[in-house]
Amino acid sequence: MNVTIVDYNSGNISSVINSFKEVAQDKVKIEVTSDLNKIKSSDKVVLPGQGSFKSCVDALNKIDGLTSTLNEFAITNKKPLLGICVGLQMFADIGYEETETKGLGWISGKVSKIDNQNGKFKLPHIGWNQINIMKESRIFQNIENNSHMYFVHSYEFIPNDKNVISATTDYSSNIVCSVEKENIFGTQFHPEKSDKIGLKIISNFINL
Amino acid sequence: MLKNRIIPCLDVKNGRVVKGINFVDLKDAGDPVEQAKIYSDGGADEICFLDITASNENRDIIYEVVEKTSKKCFVPLTVGGGIRSVEDINKLLNCGADKVSINTAAVENSKVVVDSSKKFGSQCIVVAIDAKKNGDKWEVFTHGGRNNSGVDALEYAKKMEENGAGELLVTSMDRDGTQVGYDIDLMSKISSKVNIPVIASGGVGNLDHLVDGIKLGKASAVLAASIFHYGKYSVKEAKEYLDSKGIPVRI
Repeated sequence: MNVTIVDYNSGNISSVINSFKEVAQDKVKIEVTSDLNKIKSSDKVVLPGQGSFKSCVDALNKIDGLTSTLNEFAITNKKPLLGICVGLQMFADIGYEETETKGLGWISGKVSKIDNQNGKFKLPHIGWNQINIMKESRIFQNIENNSHMYFVHSYEFIPNDKNVISATTDYSSNIVCSVEKENIFGTQFHPEKSDKIGLKIISNFINL
Repeated sequence: MLKNRIIPCLDVKNGRVVKGINFVDLKDAGDPVEQAKIYSDGGADEICFLDITASNENRDIIYEVVEKTSKKCFVPLTVGGGIRSVEDINKLLNCGADKVSINTAAVENSKVVVDSSKKFGSQCIVVAIDAKKNGDKWEVFTHGGRNNSGVDALEYAKKMEENGAGELLVTSMDRDGTQVGYDIDLMSKISSKVNIPVIASGGVGNLDHLVDGIKLGKASAVLAASIFHYGKYSVKEAKEYLDSKGIPVRI
């Protein structure tokens, strides 16, 4: 089996690479590439993302054919894909960071700034917060409810269909922090930085 | 609920861990990679490396240290010291740092903060403020505490937030190495002034100081070096103590 981490200049992905390699050891091949053929032929894809919604979408679009290759992988062929942080946010139809930007449109909804309640809540939402598991998700196997995960973000994904929400976290309001729609998975938190429990989520995804 | 973070800081010089008392009198005490791993296994919420003499010496060793550490520690790693440019930041992030903390360069050329937060995202840009009290205000120091920039620390904090910093790491120069506690007045004033998280640093001698940093200083996270490094307290003990005082921590 091989898992491809999409390298599309979306900021710092070394921690994602390190964590997947740590979990995979020699059993699973971890590729880091933007090569379209390699993405097409891989079993699973990880879509990381750091920086703004707009900068990540722009970076995706800069690589010819990448968006359509990902569409084919996740939507047409329904192969497992995990989006992390802005990687998850890009599933939305539209994002409002910097300027209004079209997302991948895989899970209908929008990405907007967390309501800081007039400065009551500091942004970015940085640190360890607990997740409330809303539905059984295959990536949460053997993950206890209320586990701590590491977050760093100022924007939240608001999906139209609440059934896709697999976990929320409490910061100013109940923020969507994990989604699952058929073969598409996403976490707003960083499993790669969430210690052993985060590595377990990565392991669950690799072993799907 | 978001938890307050405890961040052990390791001062690194020539690839080895040291901790200075008021930035001098260095003692060699260990391998940073192993130290970081001990901390993360012990429940540290993040790890911070400060390359203390980086401004004057060969920087390449720190890249190796960061690279090795990031393959063993799966909690956020912040690296600071001697960062001059967007390219330095790029290199550290590529080696596996999750955040960088910028001190002197941010004072001398705030464009570094603007450009790097645009390029890499605010989430990985921490601005470190070394502040020293002068009358009824605080001034920002650079070059590891050697030079007084004369800049007002509170105004500077606000400006750095506007420039795109994701967090502020505030160190009281007066308290650093003294073990008499954080400068609570400084922490709470800066924390109230900005809407981004503040990490309190400089002066921790016991666990009540950590409590005060969060409760009175309004810091989102507390950073400490010597109390953990010399084994006075473990991170776990610190967390249990904070928990007993009603402070939300990850246990």
